Amino acid sequence: MACIHARGLRRHYGKNVALDGIDLNINEGRIVGLIGPNGAGKSTALNAILGLSPYEGELTVLGHNPWTARDQLMRDVSFIADVAVLPRWMRVSQALDYVAGVHPRFDRAKAAKFLAKTSIPSTASVRELSKGMAVQLHLCLIMAIDAKLLVLDEPTLGLDILYRKQFYDSLLNDYFDHQRTIVVTTHQVEEVQHILTDVMFINRGRIVLDSSMEHFEQRFAEVMVHPEQAAAARSRGPIHERQVFGRSIFLFDGATRDELAAFGEVRTPGIADLFVAVIGNETTETKSSKGVAA
Amino acid sequence: MNMPTNDTRVSRDDDFATHRVAATSAATIAPLKLLYWSVRRELWENRSLYLGPPLVAGVLLFAVVANAIYDGGKADHLINSAIALDPTREAAVFGSLTIGSLSAITAMMLIITVFIVGALYCLDALNGERRDRSILFWKSLPVSDLITVLSKAAIPLVVLPLVALASIVGMHLCMLVFTSAVQLLYGQSGALPWTRAPFFQNALVLLYGLATLALWHAPIYAWLLLVSSWAKRSVLLWAVLPPLVLAAIEGITLGKSYFASLLAHRLGGSPADVFPFKMIDSKGGISPQISSLSELDPLTFLTMPALWGGLAFAAACIAAAVWLRRRREPI
Repeated sequence: MACIHARGLRRHYGKNVALDGIDLNINEGRIVGLIGPNGAGKSTALNAILGLSPYEGELTVLGHNPWTARDQLMRDVSFIADVAVLPRWMRVSQALDYVAGVHPRFDRAKAAKFLAKTSIPSTASVRELSKGMAVQLHLCLIMAIDAKLLVLDEPTLGLDILYRKQFYDSLLNDYFDHQRTIVVTTHQVEEVQHILTDVMFINRGRIVLDSSMEHFEQRFAEVMVHPEQAAAARSRGPIHERQVFGRSIFLFDGATRDELAAFGEVRTPGIADLFVAVIGNETTETKSSKGVAA
Repeated sequence: MNMPTNDTRVSRDDDFATHRVAATSAATIAPLKLLYWSVRRELWENRSLYLGPPLVAGVLLFAVVANAIYDGGKADHLINSAIALDPTREAAVFGSLTIGSLSAITAMMLIITVFIVGALYCLDALNGERRDRSILFWKSLPVSDLITVLSKAAIPLVVLPLVALASIVGMHLCMLVFTSAVQLLYGQSGALPWTRAPFFQNALVLLYGLATLALWHAPIYAWLLLVSSWAKRSVLLWAVLPPLVLAAIEGITLGKSYFASLLAHRLGGSPADVFPFKMIDSKGGISPQISSLSELDPLTFLTMPALWGGLAFAAACIAAAVWLRRRREPI
């Protein structure tokens, strides 16, 4: 069953188009990474999905229209929008009481169990917690909600590497059960690559890549080539080339591993590298086409 | 499953699936419970709502009692002469003021305090959550914008009048106990002040007054909530300037002050519309006493067009605030 279904999703602020009619189809049980540069429209898309902002086009999330039925949708959807949105005056015990009071699917005992694993004192207010602890508290609350869709918008922004690792580990071990769906955006792409089942690139309001990780691994390959073979590799039409220690690394789209093996060791590229290739190419193409037009 | 099966794993999965479906359909929380928790969280955030008025009541009580004790010598004389003149007369424990008028003055001061607390609360109620981005947390929970705004409106309309009632009644109780004690000290029966100021009747009159005042001021609170949900900054200015400018334009261009007097009438409240007596009697003294509850006239109050006009305006403001809260993003 489709968890999120969008057709021609559009949002503009005056003349500035933030979402340029995107189509989305995210199925249940996937962990989708939504990757894009700043201002690409990631947050706009997520805000539309969460019923936080209006949009044009067709959008269904778990069978609901998010804009008109946000409160019903939020029984089945959890999200961490950004760091530091927990009210600073709130005490940890109050947060538990309140969420238990208003959320039909919140398991207070579970949240207390997660909290016990952290060093967060239950009498502290959010104001007194460090940034990392506040995110941990938010995650404890979220993970104790039996939701069908979890949306994370830059959940680890401003956290140190230890917290970030912990965050994704507990998400995978204690939360994900192959029936829930998780959508995550982050700039720390390499940290989420191993947990994703699907990846989407978004640039200037459009989806430029939408692929499962299995398909991603079949489709894209990266090979490190000695300078003497560089010209031959280049003739195969790589989508990207970069230099590391005097050798060239070529990124191919749709080339079989066997044919590339002749040039050197073939491996699956990092999402970050592919991102640079795809988004970088898009930017230069626009620049050159603009140049021609001018 | 049509056939019996030995495969327990399959049947367990099946149970699990039915369980999930059942959970989906049953999982709702009654709107009243959502409202209750929303109001509770407002009180957690704004402790001044229920700590401020009792604190002011305590300060007033302290001032009244300290004044009575400080003026001990004078009071001594006054009490003795009052008793000498008329043994059934209430002793002048509080100087020239009777306990009745002193109660009225302190009650009014507290009602003004509560109005200010309520107005300041409304100004921040829908603005603060956008400023500190916590609106993103509140919106991640299954509480509708309508419930949220209603819970915020319930603070000045329901919670604060009750806080005021408790504070004033507590303060008056302490004043009566103090008066009794002083009178006992002078060899009088300590029961006199209790008969002079019928305690429960006064509490009921106070409750009536607070309820009517809340309804009368509802459009002011609702307007402040609307501005709070709309303005990005300078909420107080946006709340105060438009009505003032409107009144000024009316005065300058039309030479009329209909809107200005409407505002003044609304802000000053209108005890005369609610109570069948004047707060200030012909001699200039304050004596808002009524002899029986039957003198209250809720029918006149409830049939005032101004009341219903105000409530309609309040409802429109609340509806607009709900509409805006859905659209507004963090500042």
